[in-house]
Amino acid sequence: MIRVVLPFHLRRLAQVDGEVELEVASPVTQRAILDALEAKYPALCGTIRDHDTMKRRAFLRFFACEEDLTHESPDAPLPEAVVSGKEPFMVIGAIAGG
Amino acid sequence: MSKVRVLVGTKKGAFILTSDGKRNKWEVEGPHFTGWEIYHMKGSPVDPNRIYASQTSGWFGQIIQRSSDGGKTWETPGGGPGKSPQGWPTGESNKFVYDTSPETGKPLTTHQFYDGTQHPWEFKRVWHLEPSLTDAETVYAGVEDAAIFRSTDGAKSWQELPGLRGHGTGPKWQPGAGGMCLHTIILDPSNPNRIWIAISAAGAFRTDDGGITWKPINKGLKSNYIPDPEAEIGHCVHHIAMNPKRPGVLFMQKHWDVMRSDNAGDQWTEVSGNLPTDFGFAIDVHAHEPETIYVVPIKSDSEHFPPDGKLRVYRSKTGGNEWEPLTKGLPQANCYVDILRDAMAVDTLDECGIYFGTTGGQVYCSADAGDTWSAIVEHLPPVLSVEVQTLA
Repeated sequence: MIRVVLPFHLRRLAQVDGEVELEVASPVTQRAILDALEAKYPALCGTIRDHDTMKRRAFLRFFACEEDLTHESPDAPLPEAVVSGKEPFMVIGAIAGG
Repeated sequence: MSKVRVLVGTKKGAFILTSDGKRNKWEVEGPHFTGWEIYHMKGSPVDPNRIYASQTSGWFGQIIQRSSDGGKTWETPGGGPGKSPQGWPTGESNKFVYDTSPETGKPLTTHQFYDGTQHPWEFKRVWHLEPSLTDAETVYAGVEDAAIFRSTDGAKSWQELPGLRGHGTGPKWQPGAGGMCLHTIILDPSNPNRIWIAISAAGAFRTDDGGITWKPINKGLKSNYIPDPEAEIGHCVHHIAMNPKRPGVLFMQKHWDVMRSDNAGDQWTEVSGNLPTDFGFAIDVHAHEPETIYVVPIKSDSEHFPPDGKLRVYRSKTGGNEWEPLTKGLPQANCYVDILRDAMAVDTLDECGIYFGTTGGQVYCSADAGDTWSAIVEHLPPVLSVEVQTLA
């Protein structure tokens, strides 16, 4: 089971509390996780990646296992700790300044 | 007993204010969609319980919300179970894709950017939602970068009316300070094929064939900040208002200048008259007196606050030119708020009520057509839009 941490506003939009758990077929990639996330929570379509281009929205970043995966290929396999559910895949709203 | 419902969009959520017809005791409900910018909410004239809302965020993009019970509960119309052949969710209620098809659209060109270079069209947000006058499931959306979309399935899916953007002048359109937004949509109750829209900063346009073709209607506008002050395109129209009982007579608050047209926009005449400044954003028309109009003068394009720190609505009972300040109940010292273009509205009760919201978070109401004012609420987030529903 893949664990996904969403920012506050997307949790509200999807009407979930805490982490989201997803069944994702192998290979587990950013694209596979986001496909599964949008399938389970259609209200999130377009909020993390553009409807048309499927590119990540500019002010969102992806982290896992204390690594910044934002600029990795969406089709690159994710770390084993994410695949096994030991670590969550995190969608983070980029914040600049205080 | 009549009742009014005021729909307030703010930078941090939506609020719904309700009162009976006396409009002196209010219930405040909200915030809905906390933390999100609510650019606009508007109810269907066919079914007042159907309300559409534009929820937007620089981080997460555009969401469309819909209520079928007068704002008590909300749903994202495309967020239900999937209907695509693969069983995947459609999730299209927030999907605004410019039409580039050769059959119906024009090739997506570019528009003029702030620096004068050409820039590709990029969808950013929905500024204005205008429900149909005859069908609660049909609603129009004015978006940034400027285009008009229509949904006929209750905001589940959206299709552009590409004739507007494909008019041919697109490369000359340019963003105003707030972005290149289509912020005004007016439907003609006497002619279902006629729609007026306004874009900052391209100008006003009209269709007479249900949105297939559009023409610019900017004759008479004069804007000293563009190379040709009387150009066909490029005017920063801030808002247009019309009394639905007198279709075709339009009032415009331009970047500078208050204008009127008596022939559906074919020709405009300045009616700024004795206003202390003719810069501003909001404008509206009395529900029962079509020559009575309201504006809130703002000091200048560089200083977006009322002159002298005095919040004054100006009313003309002569369709412009002769204006009187309305001050009773409004702050007359140290007031430096702005009133944005979609933040003024009128109800249709016998004694017409006038409403406006400020960037300081106040929503003011006058239950006597502007003679006296009182604040319904004073400490909301900056108000982006105000609409009023008059309920039986």
